[in-house]
Amino acid sequence: MRVERFLPLVAAVLAGIAVLAVTLLATGHDPIIAMGAMWRGAFGSWDTILSAVLPRSIPLIIIGLGIGLAFRAGALNIGAEGQFYAGAIAATWAGLHLNGWPAPLAIAALLITSILAGVVWVAVPVLLRVRFGVLEVISTLLLNFVADALVSWMVQGPLQEAKRIYPQSDPIAVSARLPQVPGTRLHLGLLLAVVLALGLWLIYRRTLWGFQLRATGAGPLAARIAGRIDTNRMIATALLLSGAIAGLAGGTEVSGVSYALFQSLSPGYGFTGIAVALLARLDPLGTLATGLLFGALEAGAGGLQREAGVPAVLVYLIEAVIIIVVLLSDAFARRRSDGRF
Amino acid sequence: MDADLLVSFLTSAVRVATPLLLAALGETLAERGGVINLGIEGVMLAGALAAAIGSTAGGPWAGTFASAATGALLSLGFGLIAVAAGANQIITGTAVTLGAVGATGAVYREVYGSGGVGLSLPTFRVVPIPGLDRIPLLGPALFEQSILSYLGYVAVPAIWFLLFRTRWGLALRAAGESVEAATAAGVRVKRVRIIALTLGGMFAGIAGASLVLAQVGTFAEKMTAGRGFMAVAIVVLGGWRPGRVAWAALFFGGAMALQFLFQSMLLNVPYQLFLMLPYLLTLLVLVGAVGRVRSPAELGRG
Amino acid sequence: MAPVLELRGITKHFGPVLALHGADFILEEGEIHALLGENGAGKSTLMGVAFGLVRPDAGQILVRGTAQQIRGPLDARRLGIGMVHQHFTSVPALTVAENIGLAAGWPVSPGPLSRRVRDLGEQTGLPIDPAMRAEDLPAVLKQRLEVLKALATDARILLLDEPSSVLSPPEAEALLTRLRDFRSRGMSAVLITHKLDEAIRIADRITVLRRGEVVHTGPAGAESAPRLAALMIGDPAWAPHRLSQSASTSEVRVRVQGLAVERSGPSGVPLREATFSVRSGEVVGIAAVEGNGQRELLRAVAGLLRPSRGDLAVSTPVSFVPEDRTSEALIGEFSLAENLVMAEGESGAWIRGPWLDWGSVERRTQELLGEFSVRAPGPRTPAVALSGGNQQRMVLAMALERQPTVLVAENPTRGLDIKATAEIHARLREAARQGVAVLFHSSDLDEVVELADRVLVVREGQVIELSPGATRQEIGARMLVGVPGAS
Repeated sequence: MRVERFLPLVAAVLAGIAVLAVTLLATGHDPIIAMGAMWRGAFGSWDTILSAVLPRSIPLIIIGLGIGLAFRAGALNIGAEGQFYAGAIAATWAGLHLNGWPAPLAIAALLITSILAGVVWVAVPVLLRVRFGVLEVISTLLLNFVADALVSWMVQGPLQEAKRIYPQSDPIAVSARLPQVPGTRLHLGLLLAVVLALGLWLIYRRTLWGFQLRATGAGPLAARIAGRIDTNRMIATALLLSGAIAGLAGGTEVSGVSYALFQSLSPGYGFTGIAVALLARLDPLGTLATGLLFGALEAGAGGLQREAGVPAVLVYLIEAVIIIVVLLSDAFARRRSDGRF
Repeated sequence: MDADLLVSFLTSAVRVATPLLLAALGETLAERGGVINLGIEGVMLAGALAAAIGSTAGGPWAGTFASAATGALLSLGFGLIAVAAGANQIITGTAVTLGAVGATGAVYREVYGSGGVGLSLPTFRVVPIPGLDRIPLLGPALFEQSILSYLGYVAVPAIWFLLFRTRWGLALRAAGESVEAATAAGVRVKRVRIIALTLGGMFAGIAGASLVLAQVGTFAEKMTAGRGFMAVAIVVLGGWRPGRVAWAALFFGGAMALQFLFQSMLLNVPYQLFLMLPYLLTLLVLVGAVGRVRSPAELGRG
Repeated sequence: MAPVLELRGITKHFGPVLALHGADFILEEGEIHALLGENGAGKSTLMGVAFGLVRPDAGQILVRGTAQQIRGPLDARRLGIGMVHQHFTSVPALTVAENIGLAAGWPVSPGPLSRRVRDLGEQTGLPIDPAMRAEDLPAVLKQRLEVLKALATDARILLLDEPSSVLSPPEAEALLTRLRDFRSRGMSAVLITHKLDEAIRIADRITVLRRGEVVHTGPAGAESAPRLAALMIGDPAWAPHRLSQSASTSEVRVRVQGLAVERSGPSGVPLREATFSVRSGEVVGIAAVEGNGQRELLRAVAGLLRPSRGDLAVSTPVSFVPEDRTSEALIGEFSLAENLVMAEGESGAWIRGPWLDWGSVERRTQELLGEFSVRAPGPRTPAVALSGGNQQRMVLAMALERQPTVLVAENPTRGLDIKATAEIHARLREAARQGVAVLFHSSDLDEVVELADRVLVVREGQVIELSPGATRQEIGARMLVGVPGAS
């Protein structure tokens, strides 16, 4: 039963690879060589695993967990990208003001700031939904573009580096940086992601609140009427938490990887996170695995571009294929149990 | 503000509104049938690239046809997944957009290289309509535009007629209001929805073409920058009626054109704030629009 | 001459469930043929086959002696078959004219379309305002619209699925009279019903379906009513026993005074004025035609809707059995144990601080399955895998698990077979005997009369209390609503 549930996922990943191979062939690349480059980019050495794959997986896992939380409650948060940026901006601002703080406190302060920023960013769609009935799908989506412009303004305005030449911020205080495994770029964010995943797993499985959250997503009407759950409140809470987690991802990225704010800090983490969460069936432990898979794919795409000259953006096409195959297999599984036409 | 500045503002408002109008009309068709197509952003983007490639190869008309065909095909694909197989519309739409970003990015770099040098394409010229362009203020704004803007004007009554004066339109609206009732009345719900999506996708593809061939003159990665999503908001604001959708599109065109106007007037305000303006306006307008007009009852459901 | 419609050896499975098993059915020209059977016997499925809504696994359809493939309503219509569905199947947001035009494939220009619809109404003696939105029509006119849609396609064969179920008795009578008119014009009709008296009064011939098989076909006068009932149920020894009535001199559990409630949705009807009380140990039944405000009343008493005016005092805890068990009472993909956790919320015995003790949940679920004779493999079975009757037993078990002082139920036996219905009735009675105040609505007037100690009628948002000795006819007459909108 459990194994069967994950078969479509394997099929989806294979389909993604097949599409990649066909695309490579069509554009005149040798798929074997190109895929070799991709493999080496991800798993070529301990260094690529520790310094490319894992660091890349951390924001994907954290965002995937946040998106999964919202989706579980039936709220479609498509705005994790914006919430990530809100968290990153706030984290950078905090990080620039934390000189002289002891490291644990500085890191905690930075991460909490990023969480709050994520909450504030998602609070707008929550308010619009609760008060005015605006669909969160559209409002969270639109705020991504606002966040994009906001980052652009920040790195050319209030947060621009002291010399005012490059569109980026100054580096944050050393004490506010997450510790790394020596000799690699793997930072403490991975532990944070794992703890978060375990915590959410426990909440969904073992607490009444987590159960009620799942019920709200699985059968909103029954949850409200038979379960007397305040589903609007539940959805609002789930969205706020989801924004908090996406904001946290922005914080760990600034504090663990970039140490500064850039224009394109996120290569679309907020969108890839949707694929990560869906592919894991919104299961927190599964999200750890799918986050790693996508981290490897994207690290591999980096190798693909460097070695074989294939544009790395192609990886989004593969991700799209994976999402669609999972959607299709779910749809067909539903249909098998339905005899009418 | 002097008259010349106003005319130039209105003219650019109409020009900027054209892709929004075409995309929103396409989305109106889809949503009247009960399907929300968030993939329209990706469809527009793919249409834009197809227009660039087609135009390079055979001029602006070839580009337009390429974009229409690409848009129709991609939306047909969306329809097969979200309607025929019954997958979640929102997630399918997101996936289509994500895939289009990846595919257009890769194809663009393959075809044009990644040098970053601005690509210059054969574009549509402005064709003034003799007589009408003499009307003060509105004449130049409305009737000194490219052929694709005129296509947008014609499409408004055409889509209204299709929706409200043909049996097919009635069947589509029935499918958008109640799958069960429409089926009982003999409507082939999935078929009529997929046809509407394909036709709507054609418009979204041409919207991409108008962005490239009648507004910007070049292609850039992710150049649609949320215009497809804005079109979805425009449809809500326009109450799913083609006439009002046209006004809503013009309103958004105005908001975007305001960027250029203000940038030229107020130099000390960061330009990024104007970049945010249309998105924030969209949110504001949605607050006002939701609840006043009733959406098709089946919208977004399985 | 060949019969106008013949179904031969129709077999249909829905998943593991055998809905029809080699069913034969013949409709002769110019007859009204009643198709009798319990809920779930396969009546609607069989007619669904004739109208192209259900594709049979095996069997043959002959129309006027010629074998036909009917793949959808369009094919059926081409062959002159029209169907009037049990539930409202018009598009709510479209006008009457648009709905009829859609069904008949008429051109869409508003002027000519309206005229044509008006003409149709006059010709058939069923007048209707073409410009009204379907959703704004009262129940009688909604039903009339359904009939007109079928007639607009020039149907010579009408399939009517429980057409009187949403009408007050006098309205139902008027519809059946209209049906006799159609017969006199040479049309043929199948009347699907589970009401014996209706079948005997109206039909020329009667066919009885039981568990997907045809067990009887014959002229309407040939069999007595008790004999037909036995054929429907299939167990001659089984008969519903009269339920004991309980005394009600105890304390008031629900007190409603001058209550008004806004409508609960676009298709809802506001409750305008309600004053009554329900005592411990009492079963109070609400008789009402669909869409008169009874839903708003029940949901306000259950605490799900906020009154806009008036006083409402209900002692707690209240349990609620909603009408739609698959979407409002249960989450299909959740296990029975999970559904129990949902229904009990914080009052469940398995709550340990913020934590849930799943072992305790499953043990309790297992006990309930036994106590309420729910046939299910175990607590981990998803709710969707259960039959309707077993789902409803589970819903009732969950509702009683919280030891309510008040139990509110909407159509508690809709779609259940006779045995399950009797069991649910007995459970409700038993709950009342133990002191629960029971308030329920059923759209089946017979059920209200049979189960209730006392009957309230809700009509156009007004609650009318009837004297305890009120007869079925008196209640029926009070349910009748004036007919606005007919032109």
